[in-house]
Parts: sequence; structure tokens; C-alpha cells
Amino acid sequence: MSAPLLELQNLQKYFPVSTGVLLRRKIGWVKAVDGLDITIHPGETLGLIGESGCGKTTTSKLILLQETPTAGTIRFDGEDIAALEGQELMRYRREVQVVFQDPYSSLSPRMRVGDIIAEPLEIHTNLSRQELEHRVAEVLELVGLQPEVARLFPHEFSGGQRQRIAIARALATNTRLIVLDEPVSALDVSIRAQIMNQLEHLQQTLGVSYLFIGHDLATVAHISDRIAVMYLGQIVELADSLELCTKPLHPYTQALFSAALPSHPDQRHEKLAISGEVPSALDPPPGCRFHPRCPYAMPRCSREAPVRNEVAPQHTVACHLY
Amino acid sequence: MAPLLRVSELQTYYFSFGGSRVVKAVDRVSFTLNEGETIGLVGESGCGKTTTCLSVVGLLPPAARIVGGSIEFAGEELTEKRPREMRRIRGRQIAMILQDPMASLNPLFSIYRQVAEPAYYHRAIRGRALRQRVQELLRAVRIPSPATRMREYPHQMSGGMRQRVVGAIAMAGGPKLIIADEPTTNLDVTIQAQYLDVLKDIQQESGVALIFVTHNLGIVAKMCDKMAVMYAGKILEQGAVRDLFRAPKHPYTRALLGAMPKLGSKEPLYAIPGQPPNLAQLGPGCAFRARCAHALPQCATRAPEDRPVAPHWTAKCWLVDERAKEEYVSAIA
Repeated sequence: MSAPLLELQNLQKYFPVSTGVLLRRKIGWVKAVDGLDITIHPGETLGLIGESGCGKTTTSKLILLQETPTAGTIRFDGEDIAALEGQELMRYRREVQVVFQDPYSSLSPRMRVGDIIAEPLEIHTNLSRQELEHRVAEVLELVGLQPEVARLFPHEFSGGQRQRIAIARALATNTRLIVLDEPVSALDVSIRAQIMNQLEHLQQTLGVSYLFIGHDLATVAHISDRIAVMYLGQIVELADSLELCTKPLHPYTQALFSAALPSHPDQRHEKLAISGEVPSALDPPPGCRFHPRCPYAMPRCSREAPVRNEVAPQHTVACHLY
Repeated sequence: MAPLLRVSELQTYYFSFGGSRVVKAVDRVSFTLNEGETIGLVGESGCGKTTTCLSVVGLLPPAARIVGGSIEFAGEELTEKRPREMRRIRGRQIAMILQDPMASLNPLFSIYRQVAEPAYYHRAIRGRALRQRVQELLRAVRIPSPATRMREYPHQMSGGMRQRVVGAIAMAGGPKLIIADEPTTNLDVTIQAQYLDVLKDIQQESGVALIFVTHNLGIVAKMCDKMAVMYAGKILEQGAVRDLFRAPKHPYTRALLGAMPKLGSKEPLYAIPGQPPNLAQLGPGCAFRARCAHALPQCATRAPEDRPVAPHWTAKCWLVDERAKEEYVSAIA
């Protein structure tokens, strides 16, 4: 297998929780991301799935350098990005881009579409006015929009078209990795399929890698090559997407599958085995973080945190059952 | 047996610019719902799902008006009711669950007061009986330790819990029909599954009928007996959920099902080209024709009427109409 494009090693991000107005006291830490190890290879889509508050978005912020990790390293092309400076840092920022969930708030209403897409190019390249326009037209065509729309404002577009504009902006700078933070959750069903097909097509033609963050299992499984399942700041299972769908091992992954909606009314579903809600990340349960909700919990689970082991080729799971 | 709810040829229009601009948000919609039955109203945003429901409960915004058709609920005509009479039906006979539980709960009142209100006014329950009734309702939606939780306020509860409280409020007046407008859109998958199970249990115990408004076909497959697919203010196809999933007749239903990602399958999704039309500028003909893979010449000039496919199964499409098909085949031959 080729060298990984992005490598997260034991990545941690703790947010302090303080109390008091004048004399601020730290009373604890929210362990938003706690020991994350994942890799993304060139041209690959890694799906990151989990419920709200599990640390998906913090992970994406760490990769995008919007937050500095408490511990651990992020390597891009084999280089530690915490050590990058000047030109090298600019190169990283150019090659790693993001598409957010809500295209109504991620595009400035005061800028023309052409200027929105050209902005990263103005920062990162020294193309002439004409070359800029040419490049903008090029990426607009890539995402299936007419080059003429560069003169329009975002409010003149529907949600799906806006998301295409956001993707065009992310692609403009010869990007190698795009963090897709729930890019289709806000869209209508028919438009969702358009955008997902478009993303798959772009990956085939440009060889760009995706980190696809989502909470809808079917959507993430459809687009991803591999899927990492996240629970309370940790990866509980990571496997090839088809293997995960046919053979989910971790009880939490199994619960996610039984909670997934059927794609046909005849599809039988066992009743959801887990109860309760995700505990607070401020005070996560000791041992395995899933044990209070786990139907198979053993005494050992509340004492000892399981380590992620390879149980099959390319299939790792953090559970004492395996 | 007469159905619990019979909506026939309902037309609800939005009027703006002093009546010079008319948007036909609901255009001759008909469906029926029996007691204890669940119907799913499916469609993309802006197709008229919510306006249909608001017409039933009589909560239309000032710009909208029912201009035709009838809504018959338990033998009574709702379109002719005065606001005062509607107030007595809402909560007691028909309840509604909205999408955002934070917006539908009042942050200043305790859970107890909000769940008790419909039971107090509509069922005239007072005192200790009321407290017991609230606890029963909260237990029915599986809120743990209801006696203590009912003294809390909405901000002390998680999103899933809040939505359950909204469910309890809907049940408090003892309605015969609950309209749930995208009730799980803001919830996480496992919480969503729990909530849907709760709704199903409530329905089995109380025999209440449900209208489920959603754009998620998975929810329809899980929850509903029948479904109606809406597009641009019209119901394009309706019938039993099983039939429509197995052999959809209308190209739009087929496209929606093809656009739905299926677990464990990497087959490319069917992407419906283009955008939903602007309801203010609908011409003659079928509203879906611009995005339809099977559009015929006559689709542009004549809007297809409901054609029976099988008993309790209709589709608005020329392709279902044998005579139109023959005409077309002979025309191109």
C-alpha cells in the first residue's frame, strides 16, 4: 500500500472547563478527542461516523489547524504539521481544504461566486486576473455549473448548487485532501444523490482524498472506502466499508446498524439493543467508554480500557470481546 | 367504516403582492386515513407537505388560504369550522409534533405544566389525577423517573428527551390523530431509532392515527402503512408502502428510491437531474417532466390525472395510462 497522505497518531484534544467569573478555576477537561489513530491514503475516502458530541468536528478542526492538539501528531506527506512554518505551512493550507454542512452560512452573501472561488487562489498563487478567471471557470465546470454563474451571488442558488460552489472553492487550489463535514445532511434527497455522485466522480478524475464526516450510516458507507466509527473521542472500530456493513464487530457499531433505517419495508430489524444516550465527555465512564450502554458488558469492561486490535486484515476493533 | 380523515381535492394557495402572485402550494390533494393507520407524506422541501398538514389543523399563515376541497375529520367538515371551534379540536382530536423540540417547548415552564396543559383544558383533569396522568404520559414515552423529571425545565433535557416530552404533550389531550412534521430530523441515529420505537408503541397502545411528514424514505419504510409522494403541490403517487417500494409506478417515486443509499451496496445512486420547479411559475403539463427520464411530448401540454394502478394505488403519470401509451406508440410509429 502507498504511503499515507495524512496520518493521525495518538491525537488528543482536551478543552478546559472552568468555573467562576473573577477567579477562574479549572474544574476539569472535556476530552473531545482522546487518542485518535487514523490514516488516509491518496485517492481514498475515509468515513468518520459517530453521534453528535463524539469529537468528529474537533477532529476536522485539528486537521484544518483551527485547533492545536493537546498531544499527538498529525503527519501530512510524512511531515509533522506542527513543525511546519512559512511556505511549507502555506502549502499545507493550500492542499487541505474543507466543505461545511450548511452552504447557506459557509458562503459570504456579499461576494460574487467568482470571487468566493478565486479568494484561495489569490492567497496561494500569483495568477494574473485572466488566469484566475480561467481557473474559476474550470473548477465551476468540474462541479457541473456553468462558468457564467461566476458573476452571480450565492442567494441566487439553491442549496445543492451552493454546495457545488463550496466544493468548487475547495478544489480550486489543486487540493489533495478535502475534509467533508456532513456535506449532504442539509440537502434534499434528490440533490444529495447528485452531490454524492459528483464527489465520487471528482475523486476518480482528480485523485483527491476525502475525510467524509457524517452520522447517516448508509450515506457514509456508500461513499467511503474505509469507515472509522467514533464514540466519545475514540475510534472503536475501523474497517473496509463493505466489511463493516456485513460484519460489524463492536457492540456500538452493531447498535448503529440496528438503528439505521431500513431501505425496504420488508427488511427485518432486530430491536435496538442499546438504551440511554451518549454520556458527557466531561466525565467519561472508566474503562471502556461504551460499557454503561453495552449489552455485552463484562466486569472487566469497567476497569480496563480496551486497545484497538487487528481482528481481521485491515479490520481493527477496540473491544474486550475480541 | 368511514375513514377518520378524508382530505379531498384540497387546494391551499399562498397569495402575495395583493393577490397578484399566487403560489399553489397544495393543488388538489386527496388522501384518506383510517383509525390507527400511519400515512407518510414524502417529498422534497417546498413540495407542500407541511402546508397540507397546516391546512388540516387550521394553522395556516395569514398569506395562505384554503380555496377549495374539503377536509373531513371524524364526520365533521374542518374547512368550515370557525377559529373557536378549531381550538377545541386541536389538542383534543388532532395534535401536532414539530421538528425542533427546543422551539416547541416553552423554556419558562416546567415539563409538568406543559404536559399537563392539554389534559387540563381538553380533558378537564385536575389535582392529583392530573399529576398521575402526566407521569403516565411521561412513562409512555419512556422518560426515566417521571416524578422527578416532570419538575425539570426543557433546558435540563437532551434533544431526544425533549422530543419525547413533545410526544407526551401531543398525547395529553387524547387525540385520534397526530401529525408529526419531520420529528426526528434533529436527532442522532440511535436516538432517532429509540424515538420511532416509542411512537410505534404509543400508537399500538392508543390506536392513534399518524401522519408522518418526512423526506426520509427509510422512516416511511419503518413506520408507515401507506405513503403519498408529493411534488410541486400534488400527490404524484400514493398507495401501500410495500407496493410502492416494490414496484413504484411514477418515475419520481422510482427516482427517489434510486437516490436513496442502501447499506452494504456501492451501486451508483440515481441522481435526479435539475432542481424542483418554482411553484409560482408552473406551466401546464406535468410539473416533473423537466427532470423526468421518460417524459413524453404530451407531458408538456396536459397534466396527467390520477390513474388507478391497483386497488388503493394511484399514480399521476401518462405511462400508467394504457390508452395514452397506445396513442403515443401509434403517434411515433
